[in-house]
Amino acid sequence: MSSSEIAAEDTPDGGGAGQSTNRYDAIVVGGGHNGMVAAILLARAGRKVVLLEADSALGGAARPHALADSGIDSALPQTLMLLHPDVIKVLDLEAHGLSYATAHMPTVALDPERGPLVLRGAFGATIDGDLSDRDRTAWTRLRPKLMRYASVLGGFLTDLPPRLGPTPLSEKSTLGKLGFAIRRLGRDDMREFLRMLLINVADVLEDDLLDDRLKGAVALDAVIGTNLGPRSPTSILPLYYRLAGEIAGAQGAIAQAKGGMAAVTATFARAAEHHGVEIRTGAEVDHIQVDTDRVTGVALAGGEIVQAPIVVSAINPKTTLIDLVGTRYLETDLVRRLGNLRMQGTAAKLTLALRDRPTFTGVSDADHAGRLLVAPSINAVETAFNAVKYGRFSDAPVMEITLPTVADPDLTPGGQHILSAIVQYAPHNLAGGWDKGKAAFEAVVLDTLERHAPGIGMLITAQELLTPADIETRYRMPGGHWHHGELAVDQMFMLRPTHQTARYRTQIQGLWLASAGSHPGGGITGVPGLNAARAIIESGGQ
Amino acid sequence: MACELCGDGQNEGWVHDRAEGGATVTRQNDYDAIVIGAGHNGLVTACYLQRAGLDVAVIEKNDWVGGAATSRSHHPGITYSNCSYVCSLFRPEIMRDLELPKHGLQVIPYEGGATFSREGDYLGMYRDHEMLRREFQRHSMRDAEEYERYSRDVTRQCRFIQPLLMRTAPDPTSFHPRDVGELLYLGKKLNDLTETEMADMIRFWTMSISDFLNEYFETDLIKAVLAVSGIIGTALGPMSPGTAYVLLHHYMGEVDGSIGAWGFARGAMGMVSESLAASFRASGGTIVTGNAVERVLIRNGATTGIVLDNGDEFHANRVVSNADVKRTFLKLVPREDLPDDFVERVEKFKIRGSSGKVNIALEAAPEFPQLPAGSPCLKGDMHFSDTIARIEAAYDDWKAGRWSADPLLDMMIPSLTDPTLAPPGQHFMSCFVQYCPPRIEGQEWTDADRDGFAETVIGQIADYSPGFRDRILHMEVRTPRELEAEVGLTEGNIFQGELTFDQLLFNRPIPGYAKYRSPVRGLYMCGSSTHPGGGVMGAPGRNAAREMLRDLKRSPKDMSEPHVVI
Repeated sequence: MSSSEIAAEDTPDGGGAGQSTNRYDAIVVGGGHNGMVAAILLARAGRKVVLLEADSALGGAARPHALADSGIDSALPQTLMLLHPDVIKVLDLEAHGLSYATAHMPTVALDPERGPLVLRGAFGATIDGDLSDRDRTAWTRLRPKLMRYASVLGGFLTDLPPRLGPTPLSEKSTLGKLGFAIRRLGRDDMREFLRMLLINVADVLEDDLLDDRLKGAVALDAVIGTNLGPRSPTSILPLYYRLAGEIAGAQGAIAQAKGGMAAVTATFARAAEHHGVEIRTGAEVDHIQVDTDRVTGVALAGGEIVQAPIVVSAINPKTTLIDLVGTRYLETDLVRRLGNLRMQGTAAKLTLALRDRPTFTGVSDADHAGRLLVAPSINAVETAFNAVKYGRFSDAPVMEITLPTVADPDLTPGGQHILSAIVQYAPHNLAGGWDKGKAAFEAVVLDTLERHAPGIGMLITAQELLTPADIETRYRMPGGHWHHGELAVDQMFMLRPTHQTARYRTQIQGLWLASAGSHPGGGITGVPGLNAARAIIESGGQ
Repeated sequence: MACELCGDGQNEGWVHDRAEGGATVTRQNDYDAIVIGAGHNGLVTACYLQRAGLDVAVIEKNDWVGGAATSRSHHPGITYSNCSYVCSLFRPEIMRDLELPKHGLQVIPYEGGATFSREGDYLGMYRDHEMLRREFQRHSMRDAEEYERYSRDVTRQCRFIQPLLMRTAPDPTSFHPRDVGELLYLGKKLNDLTETEMADMIRFWTMSISDFLNEYFETDLIKAVLAVSGIIGTALGPMSPGTAYVLLHHYMGEVDGSIGAWGFARGAMGMVSESLAASFRASGGTIVTGNAVERVLIRNGATTGIVLDNGDEFHANRVVSNADVKRTFLKLVPREDLPDDFVERVEKFKIRGSSGKVNIALEAAPEFPQLPAGSPCLKGDMHFSDTIARIEAAYDDWKAGRWSADPLLDMMIPSLTDPTLAPPGQHFMSCFVQYCPPRIEGQEWTDADRDGFAETVIGQIADYSPGFRDRILHMEVRTPRELEAEVGLTEGNIFQGELTFDQLLFNRPIPGYAKYRSPVRGLYMCGSSTHPGGGVMGAPGRNAAREMLRDLKRSPKDMSEPHVVI
């Protein structure tokens, strides 16, 4: 039996050309920011594009979600640092309203006893607080080194990953470019770069620095959002990834968008409308239609068929291929690789509505607008990580806390404040189940906050803690992993999400991947969407 | 005694060279090369140099040779494998080149192994493929199937890496024809791989052994057994990225041509060193034991020899250190003779002790009622850690600066296979223990700590072996403290340095110094701190000898081509 016969038999509407008038040049599945970027680029190139979003609103994980009846919204991301300058430029996001409440958020390494260290400018260009001269000198050497190595790798964010194996030289040009970029560092720096490429971040910090607050803060920045501890080999890589970003013209800076994530999402949506993308919310895709080995469109949950020779999936790659396409259209090797993708989230998200601004011990009024890190030492981060290996949550979690209302009071009505925090580590599958365990975790998290901001508990008017399991359900992110797949060496670059699909193209003609699960990864970057759309346009749409 | 190879004219040429170099032949303690430390790698280097016509002296601080490959007796009639305890990685090329079988080395493959589960079951490992498959099937039909795929994938990766062991890692920053040539060789090898093979290779080099095994197997017990090779000797847990590579490192060995097989050296592990020493002496080499090297002598940036702690001097224009890179350059070489950045690099070299050893003399064979009577599994390595999580938790203790409360044991009773090790009825048991930190929560080890550590080991065995405690005749307990004091391994690290990416290939031990040479002219390194790293493999020693002979413009004619696995 030929595969087209299978298709015709198993999917009743597989050969349904002509039944429907919903014909487009391209369908983009998933209205997260990557989906919007891909849709906009294709529309700009003259394609008739429809963007299908299952939820009632656009934005994916950056979609605003009402927090009880507090009148405030929560979203998963809380800062901007990786939104790529190319994306901002190509989409002209600034014209569509992108602006920052704070362009360079300070990073405050909390310590209720000794007082905090405050890293100002991009990645601690200057540091306030009682840091020893020895550490200050060491930091002025280490910081530019990390930024330099990150920017070598950052040069490849918008490149099409090379293809492995005996392929034409043209598909290896990226490797040549990489080699050249590394060589340009000069001999000694190149050696150091190669030594430090896959090292663990704890060793790098402990080799040069003594101050626990500084080491703890950088260690947390490295492992946040990953299933690694600072002592895990390769834990420097996610730090490079963060530092490769550039926002408001400064590499390694972290910004807070004016109007919060809702405003960022609205900016993308305005750009999409401007370029003539047809946006359909509440349009859940039931399956992607395949005829033999090429895509013909998608079927929506209600049975409606939308047709197009190109389908760009900006949702999780595993969901796309296994659930929406189906294993019978895929090679065994690909199915196995997809089955083995690691995407177990370890970060929980806390949102609090507060009656008034809390006061974190030792932190100046102005610095409450920064990122407040609870990561007292490398060992504290590492110990917090230990728990998640065994399916438990940390009983002394580490956190990245922001109070977006300090810099942007318009976010809430009537002088209320928002506290938004990423809390690590929490497993996706809690031993014993989250139904039973969540209350205890919530108590641990609030206790930790109370220690750093005494009296904060009295200010809470509404609260929400999303475990990775909750994140999975609300945002349709398998495993609740914000990168749609662990950012590990074996799931990066030419192996992201799998080596067969790393160039955004899949084994099914016309079906492309464009989510954070593809190169370069997650965060609000817009790059997977950008790269995928460029690859589609370059290929002439095949 | 002169060996027959000295009569081939090569030696004459050398004497001529030496006369030109201005060295005097008459002075006492004058050699062409001095090897610091009679570990197996030092002896391998010494053998190759001596056979190439140099006059070589090996200086050993202990009264015996072997470093961490030694056998001594601590109870009448019983021979211990004091540190290393199994043989597999030792390169067959070296055995052949140095005629080690002739000098007493015999490796006996062992039959199997067992891992006990807390529920009373066990997983047996067998050399016989059919028996192994049936045993896997007893636990999981799926895993038995998957094991075939797993073995194939592991073997394929070994085949790729194995030839790299016996080559000097190229310096990627260099445009020297030799480096470019090596890089091209690597590039060609890589280019010969298919897309899938190359993806698999990257995964193998970077994944954790736990994630890697999860891609194949479903049974905890099976995963726990296979994970052991991913962490032995490292300061990493089975969930740490990079441990899949460590597994390869342990699998690259072969016994009787079968990859991944393990064996015992007949007469205990010291026979590896003894046979090397015998081969070395047979070709005319000198071994001086009983005094430690105090300092490497350096004049005008070049080495001129060494001085012992008793004041004796030995002179040579070439000195090669078998000691680890920290010991060599932080203790034996005066700091003013080294560039500052080099010293800084050496100080930052990661050499973390993570293991201990408990050697036990037994008055009778221990019983393990979980195993069927007469099971061949007793004759291999036995473990009690039945899940990866348990091994990982043992690692968490180490990270916190404590010895593991529930350690991973790699336990052997070699006297069941080799009756020469103990009087009839009595037995020698070797327990390799992980994890065991070099310092206890930042403090030095005390004797009480050492006893507490030993008790976790004995307690774990006694839980599975009734009457075990009563059979103990003598126990030798070695924490990193003892390993450092006796063998000279810094922090007791058995690999002379962590096997992580930042310390592998051209990064090992120090970027820019991965070719066995040092900033001091004439001073070389040949220990496991250098590529390809630790284990009783001999490859660093052989590679170092090759590089030294290259500098002398001598052909390493007694060095056979690297052996390629089929």
